[in-house]
Parts: sequence; structure tokens; C-alpha cells
Amino acid sequence: METSIVIAGFGGQGVLFAGQLLAYAGMDNNLHVTWIPSYGPEMRGGTANCTVIVADEPVGAPIVANPDVAIVLNLPSLEKYEPLVKSGGLLVVNSSLITRTVARTDVDVAYVPANDIAEELGSAKMMNMAALGALLAQRPILTLDQLMRTLDDHLPARKAHLLEANKLVIQKGYAVATAVLA
Amino acid sequence: MAKELLKGNVAIAEAAVRAGCEAYFGYPITPQTELLEHMSKRMPELGRVFLQAESEVAAVNMVYGAASAGVRVMTSSSSPGISLMQEGFSYIAGSEVPAVVVDVMRGGPGLGNIQPSQADYNQVVKQAGHGDFHPIVLAPSTIQESIDMMVLSFDLAEKYRTLVFMVLDGAIGQMMEPAELPPMREMNEKRPSWALTGQSKRRLNGRLPDKNVVTSIHLGGDELNAFNEKLQAKLAQITANEVRYEESYIEDAEIIVVAFGTAGRVAGTAVKNLRQANVPVGLFRPITLWPFPEKRLAHLAERAKAFLVVEMNAGQMLHDVREAVGCQAPVEFLGRMGGLLPFTNDIEKEVQTIWRRSEVLALHQQN
Repeated sequence: METSIVIAGFGGQGVLFAGQLLAYAGMDNNLHVTWIPSYGPEMRGGTANCTVIVADEPVGAPIVANPDVAIVLNLPSLEKYEPLVKSGGLLVVNSSLITRTVARTDVDVAYVPANDIAEELGSAKMMNMAALGALLAQRPILTLDQLMRTLDDHLPARKAHLLEANKLVIQKGYAVATAVLA
Repeated sequence: MAKELLKGNVAIAEAAVRAGCEAYFGYPITPQTELLEHMSKRMPELGRVFLQAESEVAAVNMVYGAASAGVRVMTSSSSPGISLMQEGFSYIAGSEVPAVVVDVMRGGPGLGNIQPSQADYNQVVKQAGHGDFHPIVLAPSTIQESIDMMVLSFDLAEKYRTLVFMVLDGAIGQMMEPAELPPMREMNEKRPSWALTGQSKRRLNGRLPDKNVVTSIHLGGDELNAFNEKLQAKLAQITANEVRYEESYIEDAEIIVVAFGTAGRVAGTAVKNLRQANVPVGLFRPITLWPFPEKRLAHLAERAKAFLVVEMNAGQMLHDVREAVGCQAPVEFLGRMGGLLPFTNDIEKEVQTIWRRSEVLALHQQN
């Protein structure tokens, strides 16, 4: 089993850290992982994205043409990845910033108001965590507990005071995406 | 030691530190810069030498100087920087001093871009500088392998008094993967007997040395010819001892995909998928690009029906594979340029096409 996940948004939305956290969580739970950023000139002030692969066997290609999952945090990212997600795959859409709906009917979609959830719980900067929570609700590649334990170990020390708030954001994102399914 | 999630460039730098690298000279260039950055922090911490030179030309000559003093030394750069360093590589080779170079290749020619590429295969493998020489060229495909090869690079450089290149592409430099770092090596205080001390009265390993000379100049034709004969004999010895490669699904493979580095790991996924679809395909991944595993490939060509070379360039290793395979089997090529990676499904499609063609051919031959 191998899941390829693209996380895309503006620089500053925590795209790279969200990907790293997922990779750490996979590693901490004995899965094989790779994380690779887009490191082109588009990163300054523009869009940023990274690809994470979580698998139960060693990972070959670290970049895929058609990901299983795309987490899109802004409109340009939805435009870019909506056509690319695998049929039967998943789009996690940040509905706080993206007002249009997904046109494709052959993929699962979770609309999550990530900015609003994060802002309500303390700071809009934690919106990346809401998106990760939503991902795990729809694709249980890891449990919520596994992700949150990894956050204990890998949230940078200067952000330690936001640990509990981040966990609440993850849980809220998870709950919202679960409700969407039901 | 437990596995950590490590970025390629950082992992390589830390592996070099732990392998006992005593001096690093370099100049920043994407997608290699984190390597230099890590060195800038770690080397002074350990009382070792880190120096950001004014240019790549200066950096490589500092490497040459430190190597002449018998110091475990390295540099790193990316494609345009490597071009600038080539004069120095040739002097290092001509002087037979050990040095290690990491080249995190990017798209070219010219400034090109900063995306992953393998377009400098020929530059490093065929002609790393003027004159008749080859560096040993190692091409890892994962971060763990990069760490292991980094340690090996220093050992090979010293064993053969040669230049060793480790070539990666931007993808391996930039990606993160769980890997395990080696323990810190004890520093070897003893200098090689040929090392320079810089002063006639300075001691080497506790005693006054004989007159040591490190030079690449041999003005007499016979003298230079004799030196080249000796150098070629050493290269032949390296060719006999140091060929490295990895194979998967090769025993009953009728089609063999040949790819190195990142292209090798992408091809690995394609081969695994194709095997699930019952296509008899295998992967041959050269780990040493020089010396090239040509004997093994020639042997595999005795029974393989076709080869597919996959590279992130216009077809450079392709020619080495064709030379090894000769007329025994067709050698096809799939390449991506401009900093693009080949995707698994591109490789799978190409192999399927080759496979169908060889099946049709076999039917015709039966009839």
C-alpha cells in the first residue's frame, strides 16, 4: 500500500511543515516515507508545494504525475491539482479561501474551512493542521493519535506554547471531514 | 543508532563530518547549498576547517592545497560550479592527491535551472578535466545510500590517491527520507608519508620527512608518458576492484531497465509494477558510473531480449550501455531534460511497448 499526497498553498501557509509532520508520523510508526519540496523560484511569495509518500514498502519514485491525494490550501493550488489527482483519489479543499466547488465527480472531496477553524482556536497560522486532520478522516493512513504524538516530538520548541491548540485544530479538521462523509 | 528524517544535502554533510572530513572549501549554489550551510555550522564546532571561498575556482584550489598536506578534504557544488572547478580537478588528478567532490546536478546547459538533472554524466564520468584521467564516480539513489557512499568516498580517495565524485541530482539533495548516520569516526592524526609540510624543518608524523614533492608538471615527454602509464595502471586496478551495481528481478528478466540515481529509483517502482502485470522486466542500477559495470551488462546481454536506458538527460550513459551490450540486444532510450523527472507510468508504457514488440518478433521467428 502506497499513498502519495501533495500539499499545496501559498508560501507561509505551513505547507512544507505539514508535509514534514506527516513524514515524521509515518517514520515514527514504521512506515516508509519520502518528502520532497518544490524548491523552484516560485517559492518566494508564490505557491509552495511538497509531495509526501507514505508506504509499507521502500519508496521508489518520490514524485508522482498523479497523486492519490491533493491538499489544496488556496485557489491556484486547486486549479493546478484538480485535474491531476488520480481517479478515485481525494481532494482536501480549504473552503475558507476557496469559494468554488470541485467540478470532478470521480474523486472524493472534503471541504474544510481550515482558516476559520484555526482562527477560532487561536491563530489562523495553524490552518495546515486542520487540513491534515481532514486528510486522516478520509484516508486513515495514520491514526489521529499517531499524528498528535508526532506533533509532541517535532513541533519546534519556539511553538511549544501552541501544542495543545494545534492538536485541537487537527481534531476539529478531522471532525468536520468526518461529518462531510456522513 | 535510530533512523532520523534527513534532508539529502544535510545528511551528506553530516556523513562527511562523521567520516572524518577535516576541511571543507566551497561556494554556495542551489540545489546544493544546505550541504555547505551544514558544514559552516559543524566544522567550526569541531575545530575543523570550513571556508566559503570567493569562487569555485578558489575553492577547488584550496582543496588541492589541503589534499597536498595529506588532509581529509572535500568540496561540493552543482553543475555550473563544477564547470568552474574543472582545471583544479585535473591538477588534483595529475598530482595524485586524494579529494572528494559532491556534485548535486541541476538542469543545464548554462545557468539552466535549479531542478534535478543528470545532464553532467559525461562531464564527470568522461572528462572531469583536461588530460587522461577518470575520477571514481559514485551515484547513490537514496539518502541512506548517499550517507554510506560519502564515507566510502573518503576511503576510496585515500586508498587510490585519487579524486572521487559523488553525483546526485537536485531531487536527492532536496528530499527527506528516514536514514541512519554512521558513528563519529576517530580522527587519524597520522599524515600520509607523501604529504607536504610546507617547511623544510617541519616534522611529518614526528620525524623530518624526505623531500616530498606534489606536482602535476612533468616537462619531459618520456617522463610524462611514464607518469601517464602509471596513472592508467592505477585506473585499471580501480576498474578491476571497485565496480558496484544493484540488480532487482534480474534472474529471469527478458527486458532490462538501466538507470542510476533518482531515475534508478523511479525505474525501480516501474519495474515492480510491471512485474505485478507479469512483464518479465528487471532493473540494473549502476552505482559506480566510473568504473562502469560493463562486464556485468555484457553478460546480462547474452540472454536479455532488450534494454531500456532511462536518464534525466538526452542520453549520456546510454552510450556506455550500448558499448557494453554491443550487438547482442537492442538498447532503447527514455530521457527527460530541463530538470524534469521521468514518471513511473512513462517508463511502464515504454517497457510495455518494447515487450510487445519483442513478443511479436518472437512469433515471427517461430513461423
